[in-house]
Amino acid sequence: MAVQYADGVIIGADSRTTTGSYIANRVTDKLTKVHDLVFCCRSGSAADTQAVADMVHYYLQLYAVQEGERPPVKIAANLFRELCYTNKDGLSAGIIVAGWDQYEGPSVYTIPLGGSIHKQPFSIGGSGSTYIYGYCDAAYKEGMTRDEAITFTKNSIALAMSRDGSSGGVIRLAIIDKTGVERIFVPGNQLPRFWEG
Amino acid sequence: MTSIGTGYDLSASTYSPDGRIFQVEYASKAVENSGTCLGFRCKDGVVLAVEKLVQSKLLVPGSNKRIATADRHIGIATAGLLADTRHLVNRAREEAQSYRDLYRAPIPAKMIADRLGQYVQAYTLYSSVRPFGVSTILATVDKTGPQMYMIEPSGIYYGFYGCAIGKGRQVAKTEIEKLKLAEMTCREVVKDAARIIHLVHDDVKDKDFELEMSWILDSTMTHEFVPKDVADEAEQLAKASLNDDMDED
Repeated sequence: MAVQYADGVIIGADSRTTTGSYIANRVTDKLTKVHDLVFCCRSGSAADTQAVADMVHYYLQLYAVQEGERPPVKIAANLFRELCYTNKDGLSAGIIVAGWDQYEGPSVYTIPLGGSIHKQPFSIGGSGSTYIYGYCDAAYKEGMTRDEAITFTKNSIALAMSRDGSSGGVIRLAIIDKTGVERIFVPGNQLPRFWEG
Repeated sequence: MTSIGTGYDLSASTYSPDGRIFQVEYASKAVENSGTCLGFRCKDGVVLAVEKLVQSKLLVPGSNKRIATADRHIGIATAGLLADTRHLVNRAREEAQSYRDLYRAPIPAKMIADRLGQYVQAYTLYSSVRPFGVSTILATVDKTGPQMYMIEPSGIYYGFYGCAIGKGRQVAKTEIEKLKLAEMTCREVVKDAARIIHLVHDDVKDKDFELEMSWILDSTMTHEFVPKDVADEAEQLAKASLNDDMDED
């Protein structure tokens, strides 16, 4: 998931990658850097989303060299959209693009399965997200501080992990603002806990 | 014309012994003989003005335009061969569109100037093609504000505050240098543009001409022809100021 706050964006994800019922990787990093201040959260097929993120990474490097400036988040998101839409028959990829740029500040875009693009103040995606729509809608506030946004993201992901069998492991967060990127790691035994029956 | 008869001017892929490419210089000659074409980069946008020499009185007024739009935010004015202009404008449109397809954003000024510059330069490399017989003034507004570039037949391009190409360029340049473009608005500059075009027009050698004027305003980021009432007013003032000059003489 990705959340915009006043000065930047927080992105976060669980760390589970599965092949059927087998956990292929329990400490996956699903937060992928495509440029200095633009990240994406990958969900769906790991192979597909890695390939698409690699291509966007290449295009953004090219953009930065040709234009002599960092690519805006909007342009990164539209590159993802172009790839996801034109190859919609062959891909299973749900991608959230988030980051900071000098023109629009922090922004979050989401590109679901069909290859549409939506600009949102916050976005959730992936198998676990269906369990937490209600929580997110209730808990989200406009203009959160950095710490509020971190708590909101952490709680949302922890709730999804506890209900969804395909999510789990640890929480990885990245905070992106104009100064750079800070990574936060929450181990599996220090997750926020809620009612567990 | 020391080049004639030497054989070094037969192809754009052959240098002369002193390192020149005569075919490119001949292309520049085609530009120098064309109707004057002006560009002004001012405070709130870019103004383009063209002295379009009318070949025949039988032509419909407004035909064979020498100012074109390559994208919403890109205006192109040219001096030289009109057919080459059309080809170059088509290329500019393709480049602008391909950038939009990829990034969903308008192509920045330096990018379109660079791509067109590379395209024009490619036509100076091969014996099977001739260089473009046009100089192009590219007027755009991008996120950094108004920008103006001029591309020559050699493919070289520079950014300008004011530029003039075609027959009347020398006189026009001295006139443009007198203006404080950085402090002027498009609305003001249009009047000077009309005046300079009328000033440099030679009504002994060339009989009739149409004044074409367009602008891109920072506020709208859209290239459009100057509205008729504004253009007419500017042209009337231009004619009046020329008559005043005549009276003083």
